[in-house]
Amino acid sequence: MVRIILQVVALLVWSSSAFSVDDTLEIVWLTQEKAATAALSNLDATPSDEGLKGAELAIKDNNTTGRFTNQKFVLKSVIVPLDGNAEQQFDALVQQGFQHFIVDLNTNTLTNISSKAAGKALHIYNSSLSDDLFRGAGCRGNLLNMVPSRAMRADALGQYLLKKRWKKLFLVTGPSKEDRLYTVALKKAAKKFGLKIVEEKEWTHTYDARRTAQSDVPLFTRGAEHDVLVVADEQGLYGEYLEYRTWLPRPVVGTQGLVATAWHRTHEQWGAVQLQNRFKKKMGRWMSEIDYGAWLAVRAIGEAATRSNSLDFDPIRRFMMSDQFALAGFKGKKLSFRSWNNQLRQPVLLAAARSMVAVAPLLGFLHPVTMMDTLGFDRPESNCKLGN
Amino acid sequence: MKQAKKLLGAFVLYSFFSTSWADTVFITLEKDNALAIVDGKAGKLIKTVKLGQRPRGIMLSADGSKLYVAASDDDTIQVIDSNSYSIVGELPSGEDPETFDLSPDGTRLYVSNEDDDLVTVIDTVNQKVVKEIAVGVEPEGIATSPDGKWVVNSSETTNMIHWIDTESLDIVENTLVDQRPRAVKFTADSKQLWVTSEVGGVLSVLDAKTQQAVKKLTFKIRGVTAEQIQPVGIAIDQAGRWGYVALGPANRVAVIDAKKLEIVDYLLVGQRVWNLAFSPDQSRLYTTNGVSNDVSIINTENHKVLKSVAVGRYPWGVAVK
Repeated sequence: MVRIILQVVALLVWSSSAFSVDDTLEIVWLTQEKAATAALSNLDATPSDEGLKGAELAIKDNNTTGRFTNQKFVLKSVIVPLDGNAEQQFDALVQQGFQHFIVDLNTNTLTNISSKAAGKALHIYNSSLSDDLFRGAGCRGNLLNMVPSRAMRADALGQYLLKKRWKKLFLVTGPSKEDRLYTVALKKAAKKFGLKIVEEKEWTHTYDARRTAQSDVPLFTRGAEHDVLVVADEQGLYGEYLEYRTWLPRPVVGTQGLVATAWHRTHEQWGAVQLQNRFKKKMGRWMSEIDYGAWLAVRAIGEAATRSNSLDFDPIRRFMMSDQFALAGFKGKKLSFRSWNNQLRQPVLLAAARSMVAVAPLLGFLHPVTMMDTLGFDRPESNCKLGN
Repeated sequence: MKQAKKLLGAFVLYSFFSTSWADTVFITLEKDNALAIVDGKAGKLIKTVKLGQRPRGIMLSADGSKLYVAASDDDTIQVIDSNSYSIVGELPSGEDPETFDLSPDGTRLYVSNEDDDLVTVIDTVNQKVVKEIAVGVEPEGIATSPDGKWVVNSSETTNMIHWIDTESLDIVENTLVDQRPRAVKFTADSKQLWVTSEVGGVLSVLDAKTQQAVKKLTFKIRGVTAEQIQPVGIAIDQAGRWGYVALGPANRVAVIDAKKLEIVDYLLVGQRVWNLAFSPDQSRLYTTNGVSNDVSIINTENHKVLKSVAVGRYPWGVAVK
């Protein structure tokens, strides 16, 4: 064993120093219990361990590799109760010396902890929120975004609509703040790809339309002649009612129907079926997008630790942010961080309930550096100022 | 009688030549759970035979009489008579076998078990598992060196090549390579190991003595984005003159001068070209094209693509007799 380790050390000659005596890195998974949303359908239960299970699987993956590099990874899972204080919890963990935080928190909490942590030698990995805020004005040098922003999702949809020549859009927005934010992104994408919003309506029905959708939706969707209905309903409160009930026979895209997501159970290309199988076998359910975000975060740490031959924060950060960093995320391309806003550049899946329809960036959308940067905020349009 | 003997002699002679000259190409069809059999010279699909679930890796026994096929979802290696195409046996393979290689003497089979992070060593004579070797995450490519010294395995998520000593069956070296290493192939003289990294987009040539890269080749094709170039299958001819690398969704096979380690040409084949195999005389190279559901046939003398043959859904592995 000693011989093997010595040989590995000799092989990985990035650093002259041998492996640190302390060969274990503890990574924090931090989340807060969420109030159950009034789901439109009770077909798919939302698992309470979303994200955590993705992180756990990646820890296992890191440790399998770690056997050969003498690096060990441990997950410390912290789940703050519904009425608890996640910020205090975060502060306490920082005090204890933890430096890698993979989080699934709400927008307010993430804003607060990331502004408190600004400039500190630690990383916060946002594994669930798609707010453009964290890729723009609210970005931070040590806040890394693992899942696609709303802008990236909207651009992915925009590319597909243009490819299909479905250029006249009927936009439906829900009443929540998140829905309106998605609408903003969708409008930007429409402008970017030369699509026209011919009609725009807000779904204000505050009641459960389970029994009345058949009569409500046709009336609601009457309006200007359009090619496609684009819906923003992030909580899933009404969007599912639209399909098959519209006045004109039109496809539904957006947050229901054809959706833009980082991960989906129909995804099987580029070895994805292996990750799906490994996850399902171990966790007994499908891998969700938040699981994938957390998996990516732990793997990013693992990859940087392997390549930099260190478990220390500085070399890991340096490698992760460098041009050499490349993460294999089962989407056929090397994933890396955009240096201007710390968004993980990645393909966005366009999925229907039971079929993978397309993977953006679509062929033909060109970019001087990487096609993936046709999605979301590219360097020239970014209003993120890092170093804060 | 004399006449009959003569005729028989001519027939025997004819059948000898026809079997040695006509390539019989065996292709596993991952989605059809079947084996496609193609007459390589005529470029025609002869027959399709049912196999186990999700057949992927395929190899001929040293004497050519048997075919080994990894039926991944049945957790077994099926043994098929290469003349009658009937399934004659099974080998224990561990879970989810994907690719494998035979030792030069044919007595051992080394299998990568993708889901369990293991390489399983099987005694082909006693049909028993000799050892399970813990490797990195998602073991993929397996290759034995022609001199019998090494068996190497690539692990896709760990991004390493594990060098296993065939005597002790222990890992003695690990080489870190670019992202998502897939195929591994030794040169005929056992001096070099070629490794493709699918996501990294490179071919690494490692020196078998030092286990270090002596050269890294990246591929550039006009009109094809770098991201579409995902190197997978490798074939290197016996003479060490030419090497070939399948470039996945770039739909091309790179031709490499194996002496200078330089790329000399890109041949347009079917969509998502995957694995490669030579005809026994190495005058033809067969490619499996996963998305266009066909096999391309390349003339290795002038590096021209001769033909493509539709074979069935998701052609994966290829072996030629």
